[in-house]
Amino acid sequence: CVLHLPLQEMIRAIRSARTQCEERGVIQRECAAIRAQFRQADNGGRSHNLAKLLYVHMLGYPAHFGQMECVRMIASPRYSEKRVGYLGAMMLLDEKQDASLLITNSIKNDLSHSNQYVQSLALCTLACMGSAEMCRDLAPEIDRLLRASNSYIKKKAALCAVHIVRKVHDLGELFAPAARSLLAEKNHGVLHGAVVLITELCERNPETLERFRKTVPDLVQIMKGLVISGYSPEHDVAGISDPFLQVRILRLLRILGRNNEAASDAMNDLLAQVATNTDSTKTVGNAVLYETVLTVLDIKSESGLRVLAVNILGRFLLNNDRNIRYIAMTSLQRIVGTDHNAVQRHRGTIVDCLKDQDASVKRRALELSLALVSATNIRSMMKELLLFLSSCPLELRAQAASGIFNAAERYAPSQRWHIDTILHVLTTAGGDVRDETVPNLIQLITNTSELHCYTVHKLYRALLSDISQQSLVQVACWCIGEYGDLLLRGECQETEPVQVTEDDVLDALETVLQSHMSAPATRGFALTATMKLSTRITDNVDRIRSIVSIYGSCIDVELQQRAVEYNALFKKYDHMRAAVLERMPVIEKNSPGHTNGESTREAVKEVQPAKVKQAETLLPQQPASQVCDLLDLLGGSEEPLQPNPAVGSTLPVLPVSTSSTAGGDLLDLLGGLEPTPLTPAPTVTVYEKGGVTLTLSSEKQSDSGLTVTLTACNSTDSDISSFTLQAAVPKSVQLHMKAPSGDSLPARGAAKVTQMVALSNPNKVNLKMRIRISYTSQGSAFQDTVQVDSFPEH
Amino acid sequence: MIRFLLLFSRQGKLRLQKWFTPLTDREKKKVIRDMTMLVLPRPPRSSNFVQWRDLKIVYKRYASLYFCAGLEQHDNELLALEVLHRYVELLDKYFGNVCELDIIFNFEKAYFILDEFLMGGEILETSKLAVGATMEEADTLQETMEEYMSKPAY
Repeated sequence: CVLHLPLQEMIRAIRSARTQCEERGVIQRECAAIRAQFRQADNGGRSHNLAKLLYVHMLGYPAHFGQMECVRMIASPRYSEKRVGYLGAMMLLDEKQDASLLITNSIKNDLSHSNQYVQSLALCTLACMGSAEMCRDLAPEIDRLLRASNSYIKKKAALCAVHIVRKVHDLGELFAPAARSLLAEKNHGVLHGAVVLITELCERNPETLERFRKTVPDLVQIMKGLVISGYSPEHDVAGISDPFLQVRILRLLRILGRNNEAASDAMNDLLAQVATNTDSTKTVGNAVLYETVLTVLDIKSESGLRVLAVNILGRFLLNNDRNIRYIAMTSLQRIVGTDHNAVQRHRGTIVDCLKDQDASVKRRALELSLALVSATNIRSMMKELLLFLSSCPLELRAQAASGIFNAAERYAPSQRWHIDTILHVLTTAGGDVRDETVPNLIQLITNTSELHCYTVHKLYRALLSDISQQSLVQVACWCIGEYGDLLLRGECQETEPVQVTEDDVLDALETVLQSHMSAPATRGFALTATMKLSTRITDNVDRIRSIVSIYGSCIDVELQQRAVEYNALFKKYDHMRAAVLERMPVIEKNSPGHTNGESTREAVKEVQPAKVKQAETLLPQQPASQVCDLLDLLGGSEEPLQPNPAVGSTLPVLPVSTSSTAGGDLLDLLGGLEPTPLTPAPTVTVYEKGGVTLTLSSEKQSDSGLTVTLTACNSTDSDISSFTLQAAVPKSVQLHMKAPSGDSLPARGAAKVTQMVALSNPNKVNLKMRIRISYTSQGSAFQDTVQVDSFPEH
Repeated sequence: MIRFLLLFSRQGKLRLQKWFTPLTDREKKKVIRDMTMLVLPRPPRSSNFVQWRDLKIVYKRYASLYFCAGLEQHDNELLALEVLHRYVELLDKYFGNVCELDIIFNFEKAYFILDEFLMGGEILETSKLAVGATMEEADTLQETMEEYMSKPAY
């Protein structure tokens, strides 16, 4: 006996099933009944039957056997059956199913049905799942309906046309004329559909966009009508008249006004009016304001209007509603490059949002805060960012750490601050930093020779308290290996004095070596550091000898190899040990081995064996055979080799023999490591008039960053005062002018004024800079402008 | 455009699904799973916007139902909240103090109402009254004898 339940009883039965198994049983029974019903002749209950199947489908059960029934129902003359049939088609069929083709004919017929509700079903279904072929087939019919029907059908035809254009782009041309005339309609549904259609057409075809620019006055009129009109009950939402239509019009205006002065002018007043008069106490008003702000910032608006827009965003930042704060930040993010100073004014509020409870808001605040870091606010911003890092959600830590590093590198007010900042990050979030942080930090430390003592003390203390953060431990081990002698001396200018014995230091390194928390690479660092200490300590060399000898049988092959080689360094090559383990030379910045990102990673892995080559060239006294042995000995180790021991830590003079060029790639990597004297940055004279000379030199900082130094000089016989420089660059280039050295140029070139400008050119546009020079001389003001079209690269 | 609109309960049971782009059944199931996992665990006073893949997800909880929409990057999130609210108002007007059970037992009506409000991922009708009037007429059509259509006129 087959159970046959009307729809609602079936739903009740399914819901009262106590287990998944029971539910499946009910469903199976019902589906069997449904299938049986499908096979029967027309009995008036077909729509309920199909509806039951659709419910079952929504629960996640297979329902494909109902597809053909949908096709049959759609073809039925009964509206109730058509209604459920079309619904079923939209739920069970999509353009990828073959069965969908079968309904094309029904749709075609129903589009011209005498009853608008039947037409509506066809239009809706076509817009929902019409394939490209169906769209091509039925497009002329839709165009007809766009022109000659009632409002109800016109609005549906308009959105149907939108779907068609999305599926078959060329058909846009077909609908353009009808779309244009629809703007004259009064019915809001039709207007809305028309605006959406025109937007779609303009976004897809630049020529169409050109033609539709003529509609800007019409759109402005319609918008004015909505904004000024009195209360209209049908369209009112919390005091705003048809906010949905307003937002769409604003969006269309944005597309039409972009990059076009005339169109932007034509809409300027309207935008100002909407921005000022829209009630912002409820979400709906803010939705309109939001769209207005986006439009103002994207078109060629007047500066006054732009300021108004940014101020609205500033108000949004203070709104109690988290959603409003969130979208304010996404909008400010978009303009932080172009309207940097305007956004800077809201920095305080943005930084406060770092403490927001909501994860989405926090993320936005982080991105925006990082974009707002500058030389003037670096200290206070970094305080906030480090505070954020210590409590931020896990998914944001890597981004925060990397942002902090970038900011520190760009704007560090002092090297000690820079090192402290990196150490702070490593302590807080060491597990989330990128691999190249370790070599970058090592380079930084090496080059800050006056802070070696301070750094090694600090790192030693960090090592004592926590050895779980691998990057921190690696850097600490390296430092202790390098500067262990400074650690043992006990006194240090910048930190409190502390007594550290040789055993203390070796204990610390051995703890790292033995800990299960240490990664293999970290243990390698620890072992090498231990070895290096053999030339920096006096009493406990035997202890080192025994450590090294024990690890000679370590299971970890890498460690074993090192230990064996270090053992050999103790025995057969003991006479070279001091030279081999000497202090590292200062590494030149911006050398090929030390740029950010990928190349650094490769370079560092290569740099250690490459140093082997350096030893080859730097120890000319060694007979050739012994040098070769050295190479074999230290083939794969990270052992940094030292220059001529007689020279110590100053840059030795390299005998650049032919042997230094042999070795190919490795030595090319080493190119920057060879201690050659730094060549001065090339300078060009960009301005020379009335005795005032302006020279420019530039230095590449990174892939997209350039630092320009402007130097001014006065060769006249009178002093110059109030000397200022202003600069302008292409739109996508970010520019930060640092404080000038002064503003007076004494006569006869007695002193110069320098000013540095940091440029960021992420889009790699052709870099140009216009400089305005202003100054006062002998009581009169002078002003001049010069354009620089090319920059000398260092 | 709106890419999809989902209604699900606090237990993650789906009550309505409207897709405005073609996706396979498998893809749809993945989206539904992702949305429930993304939205349900969020604390009560979170913002209603979440970034997911290349879409902006806007969601709002009404009693025991979550209304969740996937938007494209250039869509206005604040307006999307209004869209969700409008849909709830339309349901409320039609069912009279709508609750989850109404939508469960009359799901096809919920779809019909949605189809008079949104189409192709865009807003179709901005007037509450117009949608209400249309639903009444269509329902009347369904119930009276006029449902026996004469052959269509061309």
